[in-house]
Amino acid sequence: MRHIILPHSNSPIPRGGRLPARWRRSLILGLMLLLAACGPSDSGGLTVTGSTSVTPFAEHLAELYQKQHPGMAINIQGLGSSAGIRAALDGVAEIGMSSRDLQPEEADKLDQVVIARDALAVIVNPDNPVTGLSTAQIQGIFGGQIRSWDALGGPPLPITVVSREAGSGTFSAFEELVMKGKLIATRALRQGSNGAIRQIVAQDPNAIGYISLGIVDPTVKALAIDSVEPSVVHVEAGTYKLVRPFLLVWRKGQPLSPLGEAFVGYVMGTEGQSELIKAGLVKGSTMP
Amino acid sequence: MKERGIGALLLLTALGALIALGLITYFIFQAGVPLIARVGLWEFLSGTHWSPTSKPPQFGILPMIVGSLWLTLGALLIGVPLGLAVAIFMVELAPPRLAVLIRPAIQLLAGIPSVIYGFIGLTLLAPLVRAVFGGPGLSVLTGAIILGFMILPTIIAISEDAMRAVPLAIREGALALVSTHWQVISGVILPTARSGIIAGIILGMGRALGETMAVIMMIGNSLDLPTSPLQPATTLTSNIGLELAYASGPHREALFATGVVLFIFIMILNGLATTIFRRPALSRSST
Repeated sequence: MRHIILPHSNSPIPRGGRLPARWRRSLILGLMLLLAACGPSDSGGLTVTGSTSVTPFAEHLAELYQKQHPGMAINIQGLGSSAGIRAALDGVAEIGMSSRDLQPEEADKLDQVVIARDALAVIVNPDNPVTGLSTAQIQGIFGGQIRSWDALGGPPLPITVVSREAGSGTFSAFEELVMKGKLIATRALRQGSNGAIRQIVAQDPNAIGYISLGIVDPTVKALAIDSVEPSVVHVEAGTYKLVRPFLLVWRKGQPLSPLGEAFVGYVMGTEGQSELIKAGLVKGSTMP
Repeated sequence: MKERGIGALLLLTALGALIALGLITYFIFQAGVPLIARVGLWEFLSGTHWSPTSKPPQFGILPMIVGSLWLTLGALLIGVPLGLAVAIFMVELAPPRLAVLIRPAIQLLAGIPSVIYGFIGLTLLAPLVRAVFGGPGLSVLTGAIILGFMILPTIIAISEDAMRAVPLAIREGALALVSTHWQVISGVILPTARSGIIAGIILGMGRALGETMAVIMMIGNSLDLPTSPLQPATTLTSNIGLELAYASGPHREALFATGVVLFIFIMILNGLATTIFRRPALSRSST
């Protein structure tokens, strides 16, 4: 920060002007704090902002890239897909990250690359006897029409539906891929992260939720959907349908900066792609 | 010269607090009021559907207002009797050596970060509530129990002060009328200290209403109008905390508008607490 205002201790300030000067100083200080808290970095590096689902992978790749190219500053900010797309449209960030498909009006103004794909897994407690559901059943559960496990081959207990909050990329991907225009029931619990959903489903024998396939662990059970097991093989084969793209986007008709160009190249190159696959994602280029 | 310099510095600091408050107020209202104007105040407050990203979006915060009220009421139901009991014990009954032990414990209770309370609620209390009552476990009840403990230090500290401030003459007068100790407490001490106790309760209420992190973790955050304490719910604060990170456009404005409503709630509560505080305690005991 360059704009540090120092009080002129030796310059005589007219009495009447003292208060306003102090007010101004405090105001400037307040604004500086605000800027420091939420503004983009002004270091001249590359700013990549958007989906919190993509953020950990982008951070990992940025770290590797910067290790090989010291002095290149890449700043990754996780603010959500919509915020990332908006930032790229407005030019606030050079590159936006999205974990949902672009809407037509967005795609008109943005260039995009699919850096990888991520599958959504529908998870239940390991004690739940149910092992698979149809898309229609999942729709019914999250829409609030199916409320008890006995309609699905489970015990006669009420279903605890766990969803994400509106605005998150995972939420909009689930809405788009599963709900297809139907609203998620208001009685669904809402949690702020994949991890929180996993925690609740691991605790509650009657719970059902959806999370990124990459973070499914033995504390929960991922369900087969329309009789297709969620696995990387089935995602790659295109038989498992709950798949969302991870995108990098930037403004159309405006060439990327050399650093932006190089970073996108690195992500799409052999090393970047193999790192993403190692992290549990599926190759992006086979997008149907 | 040095005196004046320090004076000016302190003035600046004091003004800083004022300016911070002013800036906060300005930014919240400036970001939230346009949406309220577009949706309509009544629609916003009484709408039962919140789906900020659907098409068309719906911005009704009634479930959150009700959730906040339920949760705050529940926390008070647990925190007030318990807090008052502790305060009475500390002032009237506790042997000094025990009081020395209890007081720091209560102060420690105030120092525990809310995320820890939330974690305890999520991992210990919620499974217990689920096992005993059924349902998801994350519920108004779970939140209210933990919140009740979170507001204890506020209620205890302020009511204790108020009770200690009761003049000795009044107490002695009551004893001289051959009152038992309990009659003195219930008939003289509590009524005399009433305004301080009520102010403590209102401040505790403000704390309960404003708590965010712990509530997000414990209450389940569903958007139904809560009709039973065993149901999950969403509060004004928890919804802002949950959704703000990803919100943009009208969604973001609606969250700031929720903040405006919350801001007004809290202002009213604080105003009440200050007014009651200022009222002299003695004038109320004459009845």
